[in-house]
Amino acid sequence: MKRANDLLLKAVIKVAVLIILTFSINLFFSGHHHPGGGFIGGLGVSAALILLFLTYDIETVTENLPFDFKIMGAIGVLIAVGTGMGSFLFNAPFLSQTYGYFHLPVFGETELATALLFDLGVALAVIGSSVTIILSISEDE
Amino acid sequence: MAWSWFHIIILLPFLFAIVVPFLYKVFSPRIHTGWFVLIVPVFLFIYLLRYIPVVSTGETILLTAPWIPSVGINFTAYIDGLSLIFALLISGVGALVVVYSIYYMSKHREALHNFYVYILLFMGAMLGVVFSDNIFVFYVFWELTSISSFLLIAYWYERQRSRYGAQKSMLITIFGGLSMLAGFVMLSMMADTYSIREMISQKEIIDGHTLFLPAMILLLLGAFTKSAQFPFSIWLPDAMEAPTPISAYLHSATMVKAGIYLVARFTPVFGGSAEWFWMISSVGIITMLYGSITAVRQIDLKALLAYSTISQLGLIMTLLGLGSAAIYYGNGEESAFYAVAILAAIFHLINHSTFKGSLFMVVGIIDHETGTRNIRRLGGLLTVMPISFTVALIGSFSMAGLPPFNGFLSKEMFFTGVVNSTSLDIFGMDNIGALFPVIAWVASVFTFIYSMILIFKTFTGKHYPERLEKEAHEAPTGMLIPPVILASLVIILFFFPNILSDYVLQPALMAILPAFVETGGIDIHIEPWHGWTTELYMTIGVVVIGTLLYLTLRKWQGIYRFFSPEGRLNILYDQGIVKMEEFSLGLTRRYMNGSVRSYLVYIFTFMILVVGGSLLLSGGLTFDFTNDAPISFYEYGIVIGIILSGVLVVTAKSRLTAIIALGAVGYLVSILFVIFRAPDLALTQLVVETATVALFLLCFYHLPEFKKRGKGVGFKLSNLLVSLGVGVLVTTLALSADANRLFEPISSFFEKSYELAGAKNIVNAILVDFRGFDTMMEIVVLMIASLGVFTLIKLRLARKDGEE
Repeated sequence: MKRANDLLLKAVIKVAVLIILTFSINLFFSGHHHPGGGFIGGLGVSAALILLFLTYDIETVTENLPFDFKIMGAIGVLIAVGTGMGSFLFNAPFLSQTYGYFHLPVFGETELATALLFDLGVALAVIGSSVTIILSISEDE
Repeated sequence: MAWSWFHIIILLPFLFAIVVPFLYKVFSPRIHTGWFVLIVPVFLFIYLLRYIPVVSTGETILLTAPWIPSVGINFTAYIDGLSLIFALLISGVGALVVVYSIYYMSKHREALHNFYVYILLFMGAMLGVVFSDNIFVFYVFWELTSISSFLLIAYWYERQRSRYGAQKSMLITIFGGLSMLAGFVMLSMMADTYSIREMISQKEIIDGHTLFLPAMILLLLGAFTKSAQFPFSIWLPDAMEAPTPISAYLHSATMVKAGIYLVARFTPVFGGSAEWFWMISSVGIITMLYGSITAVRQIDLKALLAYSTISQLGLIMTLLGLGSAAIYYGNGEESAFYAVAILAAIFHLINHSTFKGSLFMVVGIIDHETGTRNIRRLGGLLTVMPISFTVALIGSFSMAGLPPFNGFLSKEMFFTGVVNSTSLDIFGMDNIGALFPVIAWVASVFTFIYSMILIFKTFTGKHYPERLEKEAHEAPTGMLIPPVILASLVIILFFFPNILSDYVLQPALMAILPAFVETGGIDIHIEPWHGWTTELYMTIGVVVIGTLLYLTLRKWQGIYRFFSPEGRLNILYDQGIVKMEEFSLGLTRRYMNGSVRSYLVYIFTFMILVVGGSLLLSGGLTFDFTNDAPISFYEYGIVIGIILSGVLVVTAKSRLTAIIALGAVGYLVSILFVIFRAPDLALTQLVVETATVALFLLCFYHLPEFKKRGKGVGFKLSNLLVSLGVGVLVTTLALSADANRLFEPISSFFEKSYELAGAKNIVNAILVDFRGFDTMMEIVVLMIASLGVFTLIKLRLARKDGEE
C-alpha cells in the first residue's frame, strides 16, 4: 500500500489506536458479565492493527510488532483446544468450564473462570487469522 | 471391559514407530536403525510364544477394551489357534526380515526412518487384523495393512514403476476392502452384532437370510483381492518393486495371507454351503494353475517368485474351499475325512512362509551381490555363493514338494485333501469333482518346473561375470542368517511335524471348524510315509513329468506366445484407469468452470430446492403473527434504509459505491440489534463490518475492472431468480419457524447462565461454555481459512494460466 506521508492522520492514529486497544482489552475482560468477550475483543485488536497498517507501511509496523500472526492464531487454537483437553485431567467431559472466587492482592475478591482462558484462545485465533488474511492480501502487489 | 497388557502389545509397533524417527536422527549413520526396531518383533514373538501352551489345550482368550462403546465398537482381542499362528508368523518372520534388512538397506543412502516406520505400521496393523473380533476394528486394521503396503511398495518413489505398482496394489486391495466392509455391514444386519464370534453362534439365522449370498460375495472380494487370487492377482507382480525384505515379508509371508485368514475366520459362518465351497475352491484352483503356468515364463527371479506366491495362495484357498465341506457333515468321521484339507491349508501356510521367505531372501542376496535378477544373465553362481545355493536348493525343493523338506508333507496332504474331495456327493461334486485332482496335479507339475528353473538357471551352468553389474561374491554373514534359519526350519518341520500339529495346528483347526471342539479335534498325525498311496503316485508323476518338461523347456516354451492372460488383464486395468481419469476429469470440468458466480448459483439453487422443498413437503409453511410485538417507527425507518442500500449495492455504477452501500447495510443491521437490545451482537456486527469494509478496500486494487459481464437477459434473469428465491426462502423460513413450536424453547436453560457458568452475560456464556465446542470449531475454521488465503497468495503457482 503506497500512501502519502500524512502527518495529521499519523498523529491522530497514534492516540486512536491506544484508545481502541484499551477498549478492546476492556471488552475482552468484561465479557464474562457485560457485553464483550474474546471474539469482539480480538476483532477490536485486529481493527486497531489494521488501522496501524493502513497509516504506516507494513515494514514499520512489523518492525515494531515482530509477531508472526499465523503462529499467534495457531497458539490461540491450541490454547482453546488445550483448555478443552484440560478437563480430562479432572475427569470431566471435553471443554467443561468451571469458575471460582479468589482473593487477589490488588483486585480484591475476584471471580476467575477457566472460560477466560478459552476466550483468550478465541481472541488470539481471531487476531491471528484476521491479520494474516489482511496482511497476505495487502502484501500482494 | 478394560484395557489389558495384551492390547498394548498389539499396539506396541505403532507406539514404537513414534520414536523411530528420533532414533534415526540421533544414531544414524553410526548405528543402523534396524537394530532398535528389531526389539519389537523379537519381544512380540517371545511374548506370544507364551500363549501356545494355553491355546494348545483348546482354550481361547477374549479381552475387550472399550474404544467407542456408545456405538458398540470395542477393541476386542480374541486369541485362539488361528490368530496365534498368524501372529507368530507376523512377529517371527518380521524379526528375521528386520535382521535381513539391516544388511540389505544401506544405512548411508536409504531413508531408513521411513522404511522402519512403515514396517512397524504394517506389523501393528497385521497383528490388529488377526486379533480383532470386532468387524469394524478388523476393517480399520485391514485397510491399514493396504496403506502400509502402498507406502512400502512406493518406498523408492522416485522410480516410476514403484509408484505404478503401489497405486495398482492400493486401488485393487482398497476396492476389495471396501466391498468387504459392505459385506461386514450386511453380516451385522443379519446377526445383529459386530462380533465375529457372535456371528458364528448365529450361523442358523445367517444361513437362511436373503443377504447371505451378497454378504458372502462381498466378503470374498475382499479376501480374493488381498490374497491376489485370479483375476485380481495382477497387483502382486508389480508389488515386487518394493525392496526385497518387504517382498519377503508382506508379499509372500504375511499380508497376502490376510485374505486366507479372512476366509478361514469366516468359514464357521459361511462354510457348509455350496456357494462358499464352489467360489473359494474354483477361484483357488484356477489361481493355482494360472500362477504356476505363468511363473514358468518369467525371466525376473522376483517376478517368478511373485507368480509362484500367487499359485501357492491359490493352493491354500482351494484347500480352505474343499475343507469347508466338513462343516456340512458336523463332527463325525466323515467330516474329519474332509477336514484334512483345512489342516493341510494351515500346515502349508506355515511351510510356505518358511520356504518362500528363504527364497525371497536368497533372490535379494543375488540381486544385492550381482546387481541383477535376470535369469538370462545369471548362471554358475554355485561356486561363488555356496551358502546361498544351499538355502535356495532347500527352498526350491520344498516348494516343488520333494522330501526331505516340509513342502513334501504339505504337498502330500494337499493331494490327500483334493483326492478325498472327489468322494463328496454333495454340491454336485459327484459330477465334476474329478477335475480337482487333475488340475491340482497339472499345477504341481508346473510348480516343479519353475522351482527347478529358479535353482538351476541361477546356480548351475556357465558363469558370465561380464553380464553382471558387480563382481559376484557371497553375502555377508548377517544377511545369510535369516534365510539359513528359515531353511533349517524347512528341514526341521519335515522331521518333526507333529510338534507343530499338536500345539498349533489342532487349535487352529478347531477355530476354523468349531464343531470339533466337542470331540477334541481330529486325529492328526503327519507322516512322510504312508505306503504306496495315490498321493505318492501323484508326486512321483509330478517329478517324472516335471523333469522331462524342464529338460525339454526350450522345445515347448514357444506356446507361451499364445498364452498370456496377465497381459490382457494388465491392459484392461491400465485402460480402465486411463478411461476413468478421462471421464471424471471431463465430468469435473463440466461444472467446475472456475467462475465464482456459477458456484454461487449451484449453492443457492441447491439450498432453495432442498430447504424450500422440504419446507413445502413437510407442511411447515404457516405464519402466525398474533404474538408479535408492534413494529416501531425506528424499525420501519431502518428497514427501509437497509432495502435502499441493498438496491444501491446491486445497481451501483462503480465498485466503491457498492462497497460503501454494502457497509451501510451492515451498520444499519447493527443499529437494529441495538434497538432489540443485543449489545454483544451489535458490537460484533460493527467491528466485523469495519474489518470487512477495510478488506474490501484492500482488495480493491486487485479486483478486475468493474464490468457487468454477460449483460444478456438470461444472465440477469437467473441472477434475479436466484436472489429473489433466497430472499423469499429465508424470510418465509424465519416466519414459519416463529409460527411452529415443535418443542419447548431451550432458552430457559441459557437464562441460568449465572448459576451454571458464573457469568452474567448470557451470550458470552453460550459462546465459551454452553456451546464451547462450536466456538472451538469456528476458530479452527477461521484459522484454516486464513492459512488458506495465505498459501493461495504466497505460494501462488498458477500464474501460468495468464488470468492475472
